[in-house]
Amino acid sequence: MTAILRAYPHIGHWLTLNADGTVRVRSGKVEFGQGIRTAQAQIVAHELAVPVARVHVEDVTTTASPDEGVTSGSRSVEEANEGLRVAAAALRLALVDRASQRCSVPTDRLRVVDGCVVLRDGDRIPYGSLVDDQIQATLITGDEPLAEPVPGSPIGVAVPRVDLPAKVFGRPAFVQDLELPGMLHGRVCRPPAPQARLVDCEADEVAAMAGVRAIVRDGTFLAVLAEREEQAVRAARRLRRLSRWGPGPPLPASAAFMLEAETRDVVAAEDGAPTANGDVALRLAATYSRPYLAHASIGPSCAVAVTEGDRYRVWTHSQGIYHLRQELAKVLRVDEDQVEVIHREGAGCYGANGADDAALDAALLARAVPGTPVRLQWMRDDEFAWEPYGTAMFIRISADVAADGTILHWHHEVWGNGHRNRPGSAGAVGAAERLDGDPAADLTNLIAGAEIADALQASVAAPPPSPSSGGGRNANPIYAFPRRRVVNHYVPHTPVRVSALRSLGAHANVFAIESFMDEVADRIGADPIDYRLRYLSDPRAREVIERVRVASEWAGRRDRDGRGLDIGFAQYKNDGAYVAVVADVEIADDIALPRAWAACDAGLVVNPDGLANQLEGGIIQAASWTLKEQVTFTPEGITSRDWMSYPILTFSEAPELHVEIVPRPHEPPRGIGEAVAGPTAAAIANAIFAASGVRLRDMPLTRDRFIRAA
Amino acid sequence: MTTLLVNGHRLESAAEPDTPLLYVLRNDLGLKGSRFGCGDGMCGACTVLLDGRPTTSCNLPISAVADRSITTIEGLGDEEHPHPMQRAILDLQAAQCGYCLTGVVMTGAALLAERGALSRSEIRAALDGVLCRCGAYDRMVRAVERAADLARAGA
Repeated sequence: MTAILRAYPHIGHWLTLNADGTVRVRSGKVEFGQGIRTAQAQIVAHELAVPVARVHVEDVTTTASPDEGVTSGSRSVEEANEGLRVAAAALRLALVDRASQRCSVPTDRLRVVDGCVVLRDGDRIPYGSLVDDQIQATLITGDEPLAEPVPGSPIGVAVPRVDLPAKVFGRPAFVQDLELPGMLHGRVCRPPAPQARLVDCEADEVAAMAGVRAIVRDGTFLAVLAEREEQAVRAARRLRRLSRWGPGPPLPASAAFMLEAETRDVVAAEDGAPTANGDVALRLAATYSRPYLAHASIGPSCAVAVTEGDRYRVWTHSQGIYHLRQELAKVLRVDEDQVEVIHREGAGCYGANGADDAALDAALLARAVPGTPVRLQWMRDDEFAWEPYGTAMFIRISADVAADGTILHWHHEVWGNGHRNRPGSAGAVGAAERLDGDPAADLTNLIAGAEIADALQASVAAPPPSPSSGGGRNANPIYAFPRRRVVNHYVPHTPVRVSALRSLGAHANVFAIESFMDEVADRIGADPIDYRLRYLSDPRAREVIERVRVASEWAGRRDRDGRGLDIGFAQYKNDGAYVAVVADVEIADDIALPRAWAACDAGLVVNPDGLANQLEGGIIQAASWTLKEQVTFTPEGITSRDWMSYPILTFSEAPELHVEIVPRPHEPPRGIGEAVAGPTAAAIANAIFAASGVRLRDMPLTRDRFIRAA
Repeated sequence: MTTLLVNGHRLESAAEPDTPLLYVLRNDLGLKGSRFGCGDGMCGACTVLLDGRPTTSCNLPISAVADRSITTIEGLGDEEHPHPMQRAILDLQAAQCGYCLTGVVMTGAALLAERGALSRSEIRAALDGVLCRCGAYDRMVRAVERAADLARAGA
C-alpha cells in the first residue's frame, strides 16, 4: 500500500458518489495546463466504468483535498495510478458488494457497465441507488484489482481537455480572473537588486493619490493598495521612484564563478574497473554549460487573499498548497489551521515561478486591511526579476576511448546551485555556513518572508536530497560503459534566487552527455545513431531511437552544407519515459529549426493527445531555452526584465513537429512533461554541428556564438 | 466620460482617460477573457479587435479608442455559436495553459477576416505578436489553417 493511501485510507478522502450517479474527485495534484484534471477524470471513469462526463474533478484546497505534496517531477499520472485509481477501484468493489448483498448474487456474477452494476439476467442497478452512509468510510486496502484497459474504456483515448472551453470563450479561468466584492488591487515595489534593503520612502505623496487606500511598509516589503487596478499600478510606479534602497551584494560577472567556487561534492555513480592504459587510444574532454533560465510564465504571478478575524483565506496558483500553507503560517506567525489555501489555475509555470511569493505578498496586504479582499498581481518586470530561476550549470565530460571506438571510461562532473527552494523543499538551507545545520524553522523560501521587519532568514536552494536528483538528474548516462564516475558539485553560493525549473538538471546533463556522444562518434567516424545503439540493450530505448530514425528519413550525418539532422536521446531520470528527438537545423542568416521529430515510450498512456501536446510543448520550450534564453545581470542587478531583454521562441521560429508514441498499455505510466527537454537541446546542438562542422557547447546556441566559433 | 463601443454595446466609462482599456474591460465590464501579460504590448495576451484589427489593450488608453469598435473574445463567439477560430482550437486541442489563447484566437480571427487562403509562413508571421510559453505554436498554426477551412465551408 502506498504512503498516500495510508495517509488517506477512506474512499471518501478521494471520491464522492452522488445519488444521481455523478462522481466528484478530490486530488492534491493541480492543473497548470498539462491536462491533469482530464487525465484524472479518465482514470476514475475507467475504474468505475462511467462516462468521463459524469466525473467532476474538484478544486484543490487545504480544507478538502488529500495532501499530495507538490505537483511536479512529471509524477502526477504515475501517482494517480497508485492513489486515486486504487480509491476508484475500491469504490467499484464497494458498489459491487452492495449489489451482491441486495440481490443475494455472488460478486463474481456481477459486472459494471456504464455506471451500473449488471446482473447475469441483464438487470441493471444504477450506482446512485447503491450509495449509503457507510460507503465514504470504506477502507481502501491497496490490494484492489485494477480494471484492465479494455476497448471502450476511456483510458488511452484522446478525451478533450475539460478546462479548455472556458479559456477559448474568454470566461474567467485563472486566479488572475477571480473577483470578490469590494476587492482592492495591490502592487508590490521590490528593490532594484536582490537583497537590497529599503532605506527611505516618501509615502505621503503617494498616499494622497487618487484611489490609494493603503501603503504597506514593513521592513523592506513595500506595496500599495488602491480601489482600481490602474490606480495601484500608477501608485506603485510613483512609490518606487520616491524610494531609496541600499545596495545589495554585488552579483558576479557571469555564472562561470561556479567553476572556481567552493563546492560540496557527491559521487553520484562510480563503477567498473580501471582500464589498462594500453587500451586507451583516444582521450576526449569537453565542457558544456547553460545559463540561469527564467520560467517566464506569460501571466505574471497573482493571488487573492482576505482575512476573516484571525484567519486567512488565500487563492493561489501554487503547485503545492499544503506546503504553501505551512510557509504562510510560519511567516504570518499564525497556526496552520488559521490559513486556508485554495488552488486556482494560473498561466503555465514549468516549475517554481513567483506563485508562492505572490501568495505571501497578497496575505501581507490582506493583513493590512482586515476583512477586505485583496488581489495582488506582479507586473512583468517583477516576474522576470524576482521569480526563482533555474540554476546555471556547467558540465565537464571526459572519456577514454579504445582503438575500435568503444568508450572505456566515462567521467561526468556537474556544477550548479540547487534546484529546490520552494515551500516544503526537503533540506532547503540557509546561508552557506549553515549547510551542515538543521533546516531550521527560522528560514523562509518566500521573498517577503525575509523582507518584513519580523523577518526570517532567506533560504537558498538546497543540495539534492539524493545523488541522482537535482543537478544529478540524468547525470549518469544510461549507456553501458564499462567504467564510469559521476560527480555532482553543488555550489552553495547562490547570487540570484533559484528553484525548480522543468526537468531540473536533466536538461543540461542530457545536453552534455548527448553532445559528447556525438563528438566521440564524429571522431571515430561512426553514425551517431548506430554509435548510441552499441551501448543500449534495453529494447524500449532502442525502439524510440529506431522510430525517429525512420520518421526523420535519417541517412547518416548530412554533408556540412548548411542543413543538418541529428539526434538526442534519454530515459528521463534513468527510470522514466524514453524519448528520442531528431532536430533539423538550417543555418543561413541565423540558426533555424524548421522541423523536429520525436518518439517516446511513456508506458500506459491515459490520454494520447494530452501526452503528444506535452511532448510538443516540451520540445518547443526546450528549443527556446537552448537557442535563445538567458537571464542577464550586472553587478547591480538583473537586467533581463521584459520580453525584449529575455526573448523566447516565436511562432515564426517554432519548428513543425512530428511526434510518435510507442504503445505500452501493460507498462506503468510515466510522466512526459519534462522528459523531452534534454534530448531536444542535444539534438539541436548536434544538428548545428551536422550542418556546419561547428560545435557549440554553451547555451544559448546563438548566432553570435556560432560566428565566434566558426 | 469616455464613450466605448464594446461588442456592439455603447457605454460610458468614468475611468481616467489614460486608463489602459484592458483594466476597464476586465474590472468594470467583467470581461475577463482579455488577460494581462506584460503591460507593454509585447506578448499579446490582452489582444482585442479595434475596428477589426488585432490590438493589444494593456497599453491602449481608453481616450484613444472612444467611439471606435472594440471586439473582445467574449464578443467573438460562444459555445452555441463559436467563431471558426474557437472551434478549430477546440478541435485540435491547440493550447496548454491557455493564458495566451485570447491573443491567438483574436489575431487568427482578424487574419481570417482579412484573407481567405493562407500559407503557414503567413500564419506564423501574423501570429508573431503573440507569445505562447507552453509551446503550443505548431498546433495553433494548424488550428488557424483549420479555421480557414471551416470559414470557407461556412461553418
